[in-house]
Amino acid sequence: MSVSKPLPHDAACLHVTGAARYIDDLATPADTLHLAFGLSTIARGRIEAMDLDPVRAADGVLEVLTSLDLPADNDVSAAAHDEPLLSDGTIHYMGQPVFLVVATSHMAARKAARLARIDYSEQTPILSIDDALAAGQAFEPPLEFVKGDPEAAIACAAHVIEGQIEIGGQEHFYLEGHVALALPQEGGDMLIHSSSQHPSEIQHKVAGALGQPFNSVRVEVRRMGGGFGGKESQGNALAVATAIVAQQTGKPVKMRYDRDDDMIITGKRHEFRIDYIAGFSDEGRITGVSFTQYCRGGWAQDLTLAIADRAMLHADNAYHLENARITSHRLRTNTVSNTAYRGFGGPQGLLGIERVIDHIAHELGKDPKQVRDVNYYRPMSDAAKETTPYHMEVTDCVINEMVATLAKTADYTERRRAVAKWNAENKILKRGIALTPVKFGISFTLTFLNQAGALVHIYSDGSVHLNHGGTEMGQGLFTKVAQVAASAFGLPLTAIKITATDTAKVPNTSATAASSGSDLNGMAVKAACDQLRNRLIRFLKGEYAVKSQDIRFEDGQVRISGHETLSFAEVASRAYQNRVSLSATGFYATPDVAWDRLKGSGRPFYYFAYGAAVSEVVIDTLTGENRILRTDILHDVGRSLNPALDLGQVEGGFVQGTGWLTTEELVWDDKGRLLTHAPSTYKIPACSDRPAEFNVHLWDKGLNQEKTIYRSKAVGEPPFMLGTSVFMAISDAISACGDGRSYPALDAPATPERILFAIKAQQGREGA
Amino acid sequence: MSKTHVTTTINGTRTEFLCEANETLLTVLRDRLHLTGAKEGCGSGDCGACSVTLNGRLVASCLVLGVEAEGAEITTVEGMAEGGELHPLQQKFLDLAALQCGVCTPGILVAAKALLEKNPDPSEQEVRYWLAGNLCRCTGYDKIIKAVLAAAADLRGAA
Repeated sequence: MSVSKPLPHDAACLHVTGAARYIDDLATPADTLHLAFGLSTIARGRIEAMDLDPVRAADGVLEVLTSLDLPADNDVSAAAHDEPLLSDGTIHYMGQPVFLVVATSHMAARKAARLARIDYSEQTPILSIDDALAAGQAFEPPLEFVKGDPEAAIACAAHVIEGQIEIGGQEHFYLEGHVALALPQEGGDMLIHSSSQHPSEIQHKVAGALGQPFNSVRVEVRRMGGGFGGKESQGNALAVATAIVAQQTGKPVKMRYDRDDDMIITGKRHEFRIDYIAGFSDEGRITGVSFTQYCRGGWAQDLTLAIADRAMLHADNAYHLENARITSHRLRTNTVSNTAYRGFGGPQGLLGIERVIDHIAHELGKDPKQVRDVNYYRPMSDAAKETTPYHMEVTDCVINEMVATLAKTADYTERRRAVAKWNAENKILKRGIALTPVKFGISFTLTFLNQAGALVHIYSDGSVHLNHGGTEMGQGLFTKVAQVAASAFGLPLTAIKITATDTAKVPNTSATAASSGSDLNGMAVKAACDQLRNRLIRFLKGEYAVKSQDIRFEDGQVRISGHETLSFAEVASRAYQNRVSLSATGFYATPDVAWDRLKGSGRPFYYFAYGAAVSEVVIDTLTGENRILRTDILHDVGRSLNPALDLGQVEGGFVQGTGWLTTEELVWDDKGRLLTHAPSTYKIPACSDRPAEFNVHLWDKGLNQEKTIYRSKAVGEPPFMLGTSVFMAISDAISACGDGRSYPALDAPATPERILFAIKAQQGREGA
Repeated sequence: MSKTHVTTTINGTRTEFLCEANETLLTVLRDRLHLTGAKEGCGSGDCGACSVTLNGRLVASCLVLGVEAEGAEITTVEGMAEGGELHPLQQKFLDLAALQCGVCTPGILVAAKALLEKNPDPSEQEVRYWLAGNLCRCTGYDKIIKAVLAAAADLRGAA
């Protein structure tokens, strides 16, 4: 059975030879046109006059379109119908597409896009969280989840802390930038190749922009060069632009963003500020807590409401909060429209409670691990049913045992002692260590999205064609799902043809997001394969007069007890000749999830995924430079569908999460211009930043309590938050720089600059 | 703009092309010669996705002009496998799951090959710092480092 084996990524051989084709690698017809957006150079205001003649006169330019030239709907938004493809005269952020250049080459289009002369009446942009609060700019009124009586609990608590953490955003930096290719078909139909996690949405937006029904547009996605949420909605603009020009000219049209444009135009992870007040006992047990989350959404709504919801839904992380109030402000600003990014608000919410725990430990002079230990949800074996702040029972908690196991294998207690010893003996280099947990809710919180479809064919030679609604962005979804199909038929993985996601094969799909890819599509594929298998069994029962249990599919063969063994190909051929249908669709909808987001109550998640990490860091008190010396991770993926791919997700997620909290800093100037719009200024982790010692393990006791595909658990997002251990270890190291009386209250990302300021604050305190 | 005639050797094959004076080697490889293994990750020499070797030296092909290829020997990821047999680096990347989305993979393979040609027995730290100019957003680098070290051991064994 191929499920649970560490098989390589389905396209690995193509990747190592450079033969895997991304959209920008596809050979295009010679008359293909290329597009570039002309971007606004102010962050807020109105266009008073626009002279596009110099653009039109530039070499290679065929046409320049503005919003007045669009045939139908001028909208590329994910939900709220508030994102025009081209500005309608109002400017909402610096870098907003204003006009569209059609040229004979990519370079010609980009060069010409710089030549417009636009007069604006400029307004003062609303950039920061404080600006938005002052201006009352929000996407909806604040939302509040309440459990118990937090104010009363805080009022009578033995200890109370108050504080605040600023949390920076994050650029996705998928290595392949956004790209789309539109190929006009007969009768006004359109074929789109898009680097998108959400082909169905691309289909719907293109159809809307062309003024045509969905069935006239086909979207195909073979693979993306990374997504991380950044390609859930942000590809709409390119797909729509290429489709419109393809329809108008009858020619193939391609558009890709250069890295700078990609970073300037597209949304990022939401910046947050979280204010907190917590009451707690002498042991550090939290008796009452109140969070106020301020979320910077940017100029358009995009997925901000759901992201802010998920931040609220993760304000507890793995801790049982008996009395909690979580208030969320969803703010509108004149910056890029922030969007989905791995964790989808969860990491920000989680960082809030981790900060509270760290702060409590400092206040009590305890090891933060001890404070964590007294606050975890109780293990699932424990009869007591504890609930989240949104009143969902936590019935699958395994964090206690995982943390105990990890603390032992990572030698946490002894190393904490060694760190203290090091810090007592060394003045310049200080060390810190931290163990942090992750509990992450799995399911789309917009409940209806928890559905998936699949299409499976068996050809008469026994080869299998597999299709489903999920997209491949490097995570190995196609491989995992093919393993499910191979297992159903007892075939080797090589017998399964994995095919591009295609809206003409499986309709009405959800985005490949929320870590749901293999949970949803794996089950849908299994449903299709089970039908086909049952048809083959029914056929063979008739042929051989045997029972179902006498027929086994294994090793590429079909064994019939007491009779001959047939090759799968022979069975397929004979079934075909006996007029058995060899094609099936499969469908899956996650059971049992339902909640009310406005009341903050119900079961938004089918289950939780858990993990924990221990990181040890060293910081240089003279420069703020830092290194991760060692990280140990234990992560729960249930019963792994593919340990090699799952480990890859855990390692990659951790490093990406660490980047978010350390080196990756987005800087805007006071006009709203993004200053960090290339890898020269925006630093994602490099090979040299990986922990010097990195021990990563999947939890061998992992088993999903719920009936997921082969009892596996989702793995895309949860490990991202393991990076919190590095942030907390840095905080721990900074604490060692002074007399230990003041809490470092480090903001994220902990860049060398921030670390240095925090060290100075500690040392200043010492000197005072 | 008038085009320049360039004669060069790519992956051991004598190759001629016409290109404009301001065209990068990356554009020539991808758009004129249809060698799309090298990718444009940033266009500013910071990400390493377009790595190739020019006369044995590792370069970012987005920072080299096409005309600079005149008389030079260029190797790309497409030239790594020989006669259908994968280079040990390619094989180890496959075996050890050292790739995810795959966009950085060609550049990292070319860069790693350049390292092993200079230093057949690198330490883990040398691998980590040599590859620091090749960004990967997916893997977290651990399996990449292990694959390079494993391939180095293989190559030393074969030598």
